[in-house]
Amino acid sequence: MTFMQELTKGLVKENPIFVIVLGICPTLAVTTSVNNAIGMGLAATFVLICSNTIISLIKNITPPKIRIPVYIVVIASFVSIVDMAMAAYVPALHKSLGIFIPLIVVNCIILGRAEAFASKNNTLTSIADGIGMGLGFTLSLVIVATIRELLGSGTWLGIKIMPVTYDPMLVAILAPGAFITLGFLMAGMQMLKNRRGK
Amino acid sequence: MGYLGKLFFMAMTAVFINNYVLSRFLGLCPYLGVSKKLDSAFGMGMAVIFVMTMASAFTYLIHTYLLIPYGLQYLQTIAFILTIAALVQFVEMVIQKNAPSLYKALGVYLPLITTNCAVLGVAILNTKATWPDGSAYNFLDAVLNGFLSGIGFTLVLLLMAGIRERLEYADLPRSMKGMPIGLILAGIMALAFYGFMGFKI
Repeated sequence: MTFMQELTKGLVKENPIFVIVLGICPTLAVTTSVNNAIGMGLAATFVLICSNTIISLIKNITPPKIRIPVYIVVIASFVSIVDMAMAAYVPALHKSLGIFIPLIVVNCIILGRAEAFASKNNTLTSIADGIGMGLGFTLSLVIVATIRELLGSGTWLGIKIMPVTYDPMLVAILAPGAFITLGFLMAGMQMLKNRRGK
Repeated sequence: MGYLGKLFFMAMTAVFINNYVLSRFLGLCPYLGVSKKLDSAFGMGMAVIFVMTMASAFTYLIHTYLLIPYGLQYLQTIAFILTIAALVQFVEMVIQKNAPSLYKALGVYLPLITTNCAVLGVAILNTKATWPDGSAYNFLDAVLNGFLSGIGFTLVLLLMAGIRERLEYADLPRSMKGMPIGLILAGIMALAFYGFMGFKI
């Protein structure tokens, strides 16, 4: 596989949320607004690229038996860096993402890519994989957040989109709206896949 | 408010009002992954209650007596996740040695718990949580909160598994099968749980 293929596969073909179905917790929790979704997506992308790089560099010196704790320490270090950087430079976003920034550590996508990809491939392709998967994750978050923000507050990135007469469906930005939106989006993805398979 | 009153408040909050799965969005992977059968859901639930209680106790001690006195709060994430990983490994070994039948029942679920965000979530939230009067949690509060949050998690996991076992026989559109209907079900359950908040839609 070439560098470009590794880069683009995460966007659609192996999209982490809709196809591989990993990392559902942040997808539901932070998608109340597009702004939060972009912040979370980019934070996770940064961690993913860095952890993929380091893990692919140390793959030959990591004893196989303790590889998972090693990966977790690498990931947790980068998450702490992101956590502190965001607290310093974008305090408002840091506050609204709250507990979900430290929880990037246990985001299955990051550990999943470390185990399934970075521990078996060279550094360059691992970086490409990290960028692709990270952007695919961000894209999915933005899609979910777009629907929820439009329905729930009638805005997109804080800009008023819906007509003044639109009465916002508050439920869309609450917990039930998150589950139902993602459920219908996944059903749509499966329908497309079934049609293409025929 | 006496201690029992506070306890009741905490139990109601952890189990119904701020349920970890349905309103905090923590621990969704096992919630959607291990809820296909009632008995495996029960095994997972028990393992999570156990680990959440233990993790709350250990991370509270580490936070209060190690991280704060030495000004190391920025290491919180790393310290907590390592504690949980080590704890899960340790619990697995102890159960395997002393209670083989329990190990057989929980065995496959224990390693999965390390990456269950509800466990790390309760550890972090315990350090931030306060009572309505503004006082922070003490050791006993933190442990009880871990235990009760685990019960809340198990409750919705069992409810979900019960519904999904019956869904097997339902005639669903092909695209809805599996994850999509699971998520929509979770949404409807979350709506029902909002009733506990006295929320008006």
